[in-house]
Amino acid sequence: MTEKLVVIGAGMASGRMLENLFELAPDAFDVTLFNAEPRGNYNRIMLSPVLSGEKSYEEIVTHDAAWYERHGVTCRFGERVTAIDRERKVVIAPNGEVPYDKLVLGTGSSAFIIPCPGHDLPGVVAFRDLEDTTAMLEASGAPGSKAVVIGGGLLGLEAAAALRLRGMEVTVLHLAGHLMERQLDESAGYLLQKDLEKRGITVLTRASTKAIQGEGKVEKVVLEDGTVLEADIVVMAVGIRPAVSVAADAGLEMGRAVKVDAQMRTSDPAIFAVGECVEFEGNLFGLVAPLYDQAKVLAKTLTGEADSFTPKELSTKLKVTGCDLFSAGDFAEGEGREDIVFRDPARGIYKRLVIEGDKLVGAVMYGDTADSNWFFGLIKDGTDVEEMRETLIFGPAFQGGAAVDPMAAVAALPADAEICGCNGVCKGQIVAAIEGGASSLADIKASTKASASCGTCTGLVEQVMAVTLGDGFEIPAAQNVCGCTDLSHEDVRRLIKAKELKSQPAVWQELGWTTPNGCHVCRPAINFYLLADWPLDYQDDPQSRFVNERNHANIQKDGTYSVMPRMWGGMTDANELRAIADAADKYGAAVKVTGGQRIDLLGVKKEDLPGIWYDLNEAGMVSGHAYSKGLRTVKTCVGSDWCRFGTQDSTGLGIKLEKKLWGSWTPHKVKLAVSGCPRNCAEATCKDVGIICVDSGYQVGVGGAAGMDVKETERLVDVKTEEEAIEWTTAFIQLYRENAKYLDRPYKWVAKVGLDWVKETLADPAERTALNERFEISQSVYRKDPWADHARPEKAKSFQLVADLTQEAAE
Amino acid sequence: MSWIDICAVTEIAERGARIVKTEVGCIAVFRTGPEEVFAASNTCPHKGGPLSEGIVHGRKVTCPLHNWVFSLETGEAQGADEGRIATYPVRIEAGRVLLDAEAVAAARSAA
Ligand code: SRM
Ligand SMILES: Cc1cc2nc3c(=O)[nH]c(=O)nc-3n(C[C@H](O)[C@H](O)[C@H](O)COP(=O)(O)OP(=O)(O)OC[C@H]3O[C@@H](n4cnc5c(N)ncnc54)[C@H](O)[C@@H]3O)c2cc1C
Ligand code: SF4
Ligand code: FES
Repeated sequence: MTEKLVVIGAGMASGRMLENLFELAPDAFDVTLFNAEPRGNYNRIMLSPVLSGEKSYEEIVTHDAAWYERHGVTCRFGERVTAIDRERKVVIAPNGEVPYDKLVLGTGSSAFIIPCPGHDLPGVVAFRDLEDTTAMLEASGAPGSKAVVIGGGLLGLEAAAALRLRGMEVTVLHLAGHLMERQLDESAGYLLQKDLEKRGITVLTRASTKAIQGEGKVEKVVLEDGTVLEADIVVMAVGIRPAVSVAADAGLEMGRAVKVDAQMRTSDPAIFAVGECVEFEGNLFGLVAPLYDQAKVLAKTLTGEADSFTPKELSTKLKVTGCDLFSAGDFAEGEGREDIVFRDPARGIYKRLVIEGDKLVGAVMYGDTADSNWFFGLIKDGTDVEEMRETLIFGPAFQGGAAVDPMAAVAALPADAEICGCNGVCKGQIVAAIEGGASSLADIKASTKASASCGTCTGLVEQVMAVTLGDGFEIPAAQNVCGCTDLSHEDVRRLIKAKELKSQPAVWQELGWTTPNGCHVCRPAINFYLLADWPLDYQDDPQSRFVNERNHANIQKDGTYSVMPRMWGGMTDANELRAIADAADKYGAAVKVTGGQRIDLLGVKKEDLPGIWYDLNEAGMVSGHAYSKGLRTVKTCVGSDWCRFGTQDSTGLGIKLEKKLWGSWTPHKVKLAVSGCPRNCAEATCKDVGIICVDSGYQVGVGGAAGMDVKETERLVDVKTEEEAIEWTTAFIQLYRENAKYLDRPYKWVAKVGLDWVKETLADPAERTALNERFEISQSVYRKDPWADHARPEKAKSFQLVADLTQEAAE
Repeated sequence: MSWIDICAVTEIAERGARIVKTEVGCIAVFRTGPEEVFAASNTCPHKGGPLSEGIVHGRKVTCPLHNWVFSLETGEAQGADEGRIATYPVRIEAGRVLLDAEAVAAARSAA
C-alpha cells in the first residue's frame, strides 16, 4: 500500500532524504514536494562559486525534472505552504490542499536581516538563494560598482571574495574584533584578514551598522562611529533563523526550531523534520554534514527501520580560493588543556592544537591545511595522542624531531628591514659586516654603527648575529617580556615598527607568542606600544588595560574609586570648588588635597562614577588622569603674576603644557612642574620634566623623580622663549613614548639610552619638529576627556550591575 | 538546574566581565571568548579584590589588587598562591547568558 508523503521544502536536507528513501523503498510512498523557491533541489553551498563565476547554476542542480518524474514526485515548486491542518491531515498551499499520511518539514532557514533604518531599500540582499545571487550579479555588472558586505563569517566572506573577483570594490563590516570569530581564534583571524586585504577587500572590524541610506535604492551605509561608505549593493550575512512559522502555527512543540527526537519525529507522530529547521537536544545545525546524517536517519524512520541521529564533531572550511583555513572542535584555552602553537610568520602559517588529557579536542589552522583531515580524524575518534604529542603539530608525515626555531621572527626579516633606526642600518648591512669578519657586538657597532646610538636595537642586532653565525654566537640573556614570549620589550618595540604590526593578533602571530592571547603582563605593554606607534590605525583595547585605566578612576582597597578632576597648573576657582563640594555631598566622597596640587574625591562607588563625572563635566572639569600611565599633573608656583621673585609666568606656562600634553599615554606616568625662579617652590627638579624660569628664559631639566628613587633632573636645554620650552618638552616626551620600555619612568629610560643621545637627537630642529608632529597626530585621537565619553548613557550602562537576582528572589 | 536569563552575551565585553548581585554576594560573569562565559565569585580570597575588574586572559583572570591569578574553570588560584573562588554553572543560549539559579541557591544554604 502506498502512503501519501508530503515534503515541505526542496532543500539540501530533504533532497538527500528523498534519495535515501527511494533507495530503501522505491514504491512505498506517493510523494508531493513543495518548494517556496520556483525551482527544485540544488546544491545551495555552491552558490558561492556561482557568484564568483567559477560555476554556473546548471552545474549545481542536484535533482532535475527527469529525476522527479522517475520517482513519481509531484512537484509544487514556487508554492509556499501556508498552513498545516493536523486534524484533517492536510497541507494548505496557494494552489490547493494536499492530504498526507506522513509529513516532512524541510524548510531550512531564512537569512536574518538587521532591522536598521533602510534595511528594506532595494539593493539590500541576503545571501541565501539564487534570487539573492542574481541580484548581486546584476549589481556587479556596472564598472566601479561598490559592495558593502555586513558580516565577516563564512557566508559574508565568500560573498565578499566572489564580488571582488567580479571586479567590485568590496568592504566587509564585522561587529566582532576579528573575522569568523566563532570558528577562528584571533591569530588565524588576523592572517585571514591580511589575505583578504591583499586581494583588495577592505575589512573593518568592530564596525556596527547604524543605517542604510538612499533615494529609492541603497546608496550608502552609515556606521555607529560616523563612517559613511558608498554602496551599490549591501549584502547582509549576519546569521540565519530557522524558518519554522508554519510548524509553530500548527502547534508543534518548539524550541528555537522544531523539536525532534533521535528518529527525527516531531511532537506529532505523523510529522517529521529534517535540516536547519530542527532542534535536537538543544542544538541547531547550520552545516550540511549533520543534515545528511539526519536525512539518512529520517529515511529509515519512514520505512520502519531503526536508526538514531547523533551529532558529531564538525569542521569548517572557507570556500575562498587561496585562503586555506580549517577549524574543528573546541579550541578555547583552559585548565587541564594544553596548547601547541606553531607559527611560521614568513609563510603566513598558523596552527594550533588543543589537547585535553591524552586527546586532541580542537584544531585551528591557517595557511597550511594539508593535514587537517588527519587532525579532524583524531578529534572525531578521540584517538590517544600521548605517544605523538611532541611531534603532533608537524602532522602525520613527520619523522624525528626538529625543534621550532625560536629566532624565526628575526630570521624571516628581509635584508632591507631596518634594524637600527637611529643610524638607518638594515639587516643586510649587518649580515654583510658579519660575513666580512665582525664577530662581536662591538665589531658591529664599529663597522655599521648599528646599536651605537640609543641602543634599543641591541637585542635585535644580537639576534641577527645569532641567526647568521649560528652556534658561534651566544646572546647575552635579555629579560623577556613575560612567559608568553622569549623576546624582550626592546625587541618587541623594534619589531612592531620594523614589521608594521598594527594589532595585538599581528604581534602574537608575527612574533611567535606561545599563548593564544597573552597575559596580564604583556597585554598592557603591547597595547601601549601599538597605540603609541600607530595612533591612527590601532584601536585602544580597554580589556588590555589595568582596572584604573579601564575605569578611568583609581581603585581603592575596598573596591570603591577615587575621582580626581584636572586643575590646570594647580589653578582653580570658586565655581569648580563649589562643584567639587556638591559632588562630595551627593556621592558621599571624602575630600583630600593631593601632593599634585589638586583635589581628590575618595570612596566613590563604581556605579556612581558616570554620575559624578557628568556633574564635574557640567562644571567644566575633565579627568585628571590620576590613574594613568600618561600625563598626570603639571605643578606650578604663583610665578611672576604674584611673587616678588618671579621671573616668568610659570603658572601660565604650566597651564599651556598641561593643555598640550593631557590625555596622552606614555610608558609610565609623567609629571611636570614649572617653578618661577630657582627657589623652585614647584619642586621642578624632581619631576620627569621640570622647568625653572630664569631672567634669560627657561631651563628645561629631565629625568627627575621623587618616588621609590629620588633623582634630580639633568639639564636638557636652556631656551629663551615659552614656545621653545613647550617644543622641547613635547619632543622629549614623544621620544620617550616612541622608545622606552613599558613601565620605565623617563629617568630609567634616559639612564639606559644616555642623556647625550637624547640631547643629540633633540638638538636637530627637523627631528624636534617631526616629533612634535607625531605627538600632535596621536593627540588628535587621545586628547579628549574619557569621562565625558564614559558618562554617555550607552557607556554608563556598563558600570552598573548586569542583573540583580536578590530582587528577583524577593518578587 | 534552573537557568535564569542574565543578559545578552554582547553586554559583556570580550575578555571582560559584568556583575550579578545574588544572595551569595556578587557573582562575576566573565566572557573569555566570543561564545564562552564563566561565572565565579567576584571576591578575591586574598583581600577581597573585585575579580570582575581583573585582566582576563585565556580562561583565567588576574586580580586587580595584587595579581593573584585564578582559573575560571576550577576556581583554583594558580602558581604559588593558594585559594579558591566559587564557580557556578553558566551557559549561552541564543545569544543570552543563562546562570544556574539552583546552584546559587545551594551555595547559599551551604553557607
Ligand atoms: C593621591 C596621591 C597622594 C596624595 O594624597 O597626595 C597619590 C596616590 C597614589 N600614588 Fe603617588 N600619589 C600622589 C602623588 C605622588 C607624588 C608627588 C607628586 O606627584 O608630586 C609622588 C612622588 C613623585 C614621583 O612620582 O616621582 C608619588 C609617587 C608614587 C609612586 C612611585 C613612583 C616611582 O616611579 O617611583 C607610585 C607607584 C607607581 O606609580 O608605580 C605611586 C602610586 C600611587 C597610587 C596610584 C597607588 C596605586 O596604584 O593605587 C596611589 C593612589 C591612591 C588612590 O587610591 O587614589 N605614587 N605620588 C597623590 C596624587 C597626586 C595627583 O594629584 O595626581
Ligand atoms: C551561499 C551558501 C554557502 C554555504 N556553504 C556551506 C558550506 O560550505 N558547507 C556547509 O556545510 N554548509 C554551507 N552552507 C549551509 C547549507 O547550505 C545549509 O546548511 C543547507 O542548505 C540547509 O539545508 P536545509 O535543507 O535544511 O534547508 P535549505 O537548503 O535552505 O532548504 C529549505 C527550502 O525550503 C523552502 N521553504 C521554506 N519554507 C517553505 C514553505 N513554507 N513552503 C515551501 N517551501 C519552503 C525554502 O525556499 C528552501 O528552498 C551554505 C549556505 C549558503 C547559503
Ligand atoms: S604613599 Fe602613595 S602609594 Fe603609598 S600609601 Fe600613600 S598614597 Fe598609597
Ligand atoms: S585581593 Fe586579590 S590578589 Fe589581593
